[in-house]
Amino acid sequence: MPVEPERVHEKKVAIVEGVDISGHWNRMFEQRVIWDYDTSKLDQITSIAGAESLGACYQCGKCTPVCPVDHVGDYSPRKIFRKVQTGTNLLESPDLWLCTTCMNCLRVCPKEVNMINIMPAVREQAVLEGNAPTELSQAFENTFRYGNPLGEPQRKRADWTKDAGVPVPIMAQIRRPVDVLWFVECYPAYHPRGKDAARGLARIFHALGVDYGILGVEEKCSCDSQRLAGEKGLFEAFTEYNIKTFSKYQFNTLVTADPHALNAFKKEYPKYGGNYHVLHYTQFLAPLIDRIPFRKSLPYRVTFHDPCYLGRHNGEYEAPRRLLEAIPGIELTEMVRCKANGYCCGGGGGGMWLDSFSRNHMSERLSERRVREAVSTGADVLAVCCPYEISRFEDAVKSTGNEGKIIVRDIIELIDESMRG
Amino acid sequence: MGLNIIVPVKQVPDLVEELEINSEGTDLEREWLKYKMNEWDENALEEALQLKEAHGGTVTVMTLADGDVDEMLYTCIAKGADKAVKIAGDFEERLSSHALARALAEVIRGFPHDLILVGVQAADDLDGQTGVLLATYLGLPHVSVVSGIEVDPAARVATVHQEYAGGVMAIFEVDLPAVLGVQAARAVPRYAPVSRVRQAMKTASIEEVELAVPVEVGAGLTVRRMYKPEASGHAEMLEGDTDKVVEQVIEILRERGIWRA
Amino acid sequence: MAEHDIYVVAEQLEGQLSDVTFEMLGKARALAPLAGGRVVAVLLGSGVQDMATKLGVADHVLVVDDPALQHFVPERAERVLRTLLQQEQPALTMIASTSMGMDLAAALSAALDWPLVAYCNDVRLEDGRVVATSQMYGGKIAVETVSEGQHTILSIIAGVFPAAEGQSSAPATSIQTVSGDVAGAARMRFKGLSMPEAGDVDITRAPLLVSVGRGIGSKDNIELVEELAGALGAELAASRPIIDSGWLPKLRQVGKSGLTVKPKLYLAVGISGAPEHLQGMKDAELIIAINSDASAPIFEVAHYGIVGDLFDIVPALTEQIAAVRSE
Repeated sequence: MPVEPERVHEKKVAIVEGVDISGHWNRMFEQRVIWDYDTSKLDQITSIAGAESLGACYQCGKCTPVCPVDHVGDYSPRKIFRKVQTGTNLLESPDLWLCTTCMNCLRVCPKEVNMINIMPAVREQAVLEGNAPTELSQAFENTFRYGNPLGEPQRKRADWTKDAGVPVPIMAQIRRPVDVLWFVECYPAYHPRGKDAARGLARIFHALGVDYGILGVEEKCSCDSQRLAGEKGLFEAFTEYNIKTFSKYQFNTLVTADPHALNAFKKEYPKYGGNYHVLHYTQFLAPLIDRIPFRKSLPYRVTFHDPCYLGRHNGEYEAPRRLLEAIPGIELTEMVRCKANGYCCGGGGGGMWLDSFSRNHMSERLSERRVREAVSTGADVLAVCCPYEISRFEDAVKSTGNEGKIIVRDIIELIDESMRG
Repeated sequence: MGLNIIVPVKQVPDLVEELEINSEGTDLEREWLKYKMNEWDENALEEALQLKEAHGGTVTVMTLADGDVDEMLYTCIAKGADKAVKIAGDFEERLSSHALARALAEVIRGFPHDLILVGVQAADDLDGQTGVLLATYLGLPHVSVVSGIEVDPAARVATVHQEYAGGVMAIFEVDLPAVLGVQAARAVPRYAPVSRVRQAMKTASIEEVELAVPVEVGAGLTVRRMYKPEASGHAEMLEGDTDKVVEQVIEILRERGIWRA
Repeated sequence: MAEHDIYVVAEQLEGQLSDVTFEMLGKARALAPLAGGRVVAVLLGSGVQDMATKLGVADHVLVVDDPALQHFVPERAERVLRTLLQQEQPALTMIASTSMGMDLAAALSAALDWPLVAYCNDVRLEDGRVVATSQMYGGKIAVETVSEGQHTILSIIAGVFPAAEGQSSAPATSIQTVSGDVAGAARMRFKGLSMPEAGDVDITRAPLLVSVGRGIGSKDNIELVEELAGALGAELAASRPIIDSGWLPKLRQVGKSGLTVKPKLYLAVGISGAPEHLQGMKDAELIIAINSDASAPIFEVAHYGIVGDLFDIVPALTEQIAAVRSE
């Protein structure tokens, strides 16, 4: 379609807020041709509060090569924009549920099309209309009823401490201020492999003489992933609850092994009146490296997977690496897609509870793609520090036929192994 | 036109939790019990909402005020029920099904009702299924174990499928008003988004109805003993990691000649 | 008057007496001496004189034979029984805990104001009082109840008592045909039976069954179990929640409201073992159960049990079985 020449404006001189964008540079900020056409389908989405930025996309395509889902499917913000523009109702499309909110797109987008805001906003609409995949609403229901998406009884949330081998202080029992409140989260409390890491961290804290406590059965899911999957009401209900519970106790720092909880505490809780000094366990332990009593050398070639919610979302790439490098014997090797360009494991944004749904729309799981990448580095160990990752990658090691070639360990487990001698 | 549908609902102990017996040995230890809405009642509500969507009308949920029931009622409203009624009265907690049915009958008489949908059973139905008792007290026709309902509001008739064993179903035509014991709704019970539930808590109101007559609690039964049944037998448990366990299963199948089948 | 009599309401569908009828008769027979009265079977139907003779274990058979009773209609059967029981006033009335029985037992209890004990799997008489044992809460809890009334109704679970005890080689001789109050029950009409489609799978004939329960989580995951069944050469079956959710057809349902199976192998995956399910498979020759909950009732009937994650075990098992079978 020919664009009338008069429509293209260029100001020879243009200085906006002190920035000189004279000449052809200011074309970028002109009214775009797309607005001359029917944008009603697009407006349906961009009129949802939080999803406005989808309209800013100008189809440059920088997001597509970094989107983890595109590598195993046909997906990216650019593609979503185009589909919506040409008539797809995102509220009823499977595409609404494939984004893991890994944020690699936002990292490179010149127009700041923000999937981290768009997805939860549109998904919330879909959830309200009763159009969320069943597996996902089951996780929502479990979370609301039992305080965790796995559907395990609330009463058993501290059972993991029994086999820790060291005493684990529970705030309601010790009733005194502590230096660190360790927010354990659901997968470390209930999932068999999560419990391994929880117990390991308890032993590390004990060895370091950390003055800490956990909430035990008073703890409920931080619901950050549920929020991103469309259940804002659930997130708000539990945020209120957790903030109220926190206010019962005195502590200096909130430490968690779950980057998703970290994200909620740092970015969302302040909006509801909860302001805390929050650290991921890697950030808490890194300064204490010299005091960790490593006993055994672990002759492993290790590659580290950056969790999206610790790395890209919260800017921490170094602390986990410093910990790994401090463990005697460990040789660190990087995957090509690392640090800011890390490749998502598929668990975020509700992905943990959309597995059978996503499988129908991807050639393989994100975690399987990532495990292949890890294996190709020649590493013996794929190191992680997010509780979603351990089970996803262990399943992927099996399903990609790489059993025996690589094992998956949380950094905690490696430290613990070296400490135990 | 529309249908006035009443859905009596109740909460039952959540079987996810471990059930303990109280010190007298005659009831569950209820202090730490968690309750959830009876899953058959959830199906009854879903079916009611589907019928309302098809024919118009109202869906009213009713429950006894015998514990913490408000959240359950707000959740029903969040799913689409138009009204929620809480029945208050001078009674002990945990009525028998008979007493519950009597209380419901008294209240339902004061509400317009074309159809009463109730879960076919509940996990604590020691003295029988509430729906059938209710129907009898109201003098209404009833069909239980229903998993297919069609209504013709103009003709005031419902056609229902009653499940027998082995996939066989009996089809009945029932004059309205009637009581149907729902086994399974035509769709999986819908999810109520938390924000809707919270909104219901803020904006919706629960109607409270006092029972005029004190309810006879009993059902002519005395619980002598409640206990965890001793397993008459128990499986031989296979131990070890996945590979070990799989190995053992293969061996058992081989021993039993399953391969020859 | 039948003050000390035990009445057993026979259940029949399309000319066939169901097993539970004989199970109840056998139990009634055992209780009768203590009750000090007769065992009376009650049979409703049309053209059922022949059928009545099969109830020989009873001392007496009451038959209501009427074209209006050819098909079971809850309202109709209830009226007839109500009048009959009101008249006879037996000490104990046994009704099967089945789809047909559920509409009857509770309705009669409410109409006659007689105590009802549901889900009974045992009955005793102590000092003239009825003591029943029932299962509640998905089979996790047993309850022993004493009836306070002179007349009690018991809803008896199918498959608990031995049917053989209720079957007699000698035909019943004391058969009395009585008229029933069939008129006036007109608010409900029988419209037909819907049978499962012919040509579909018959899991009662399959020697090997792999059965899936709620633990599978979602419809898409059923594929995993399908693969296991395929590797074994087994047929796929399921428990009620899977069928109710529409993930598998009704024909594959095992349990009280499904089919009863007695295969060579019953591999239960993610099935907790609620009584209604156990009823349908507990007599299988070899039962192996996989469940993540060590206290799941299924382990009480299984021969071998695995406490573990089915998502780990099932694929591993499938792989090994496929490997072994190809040898």
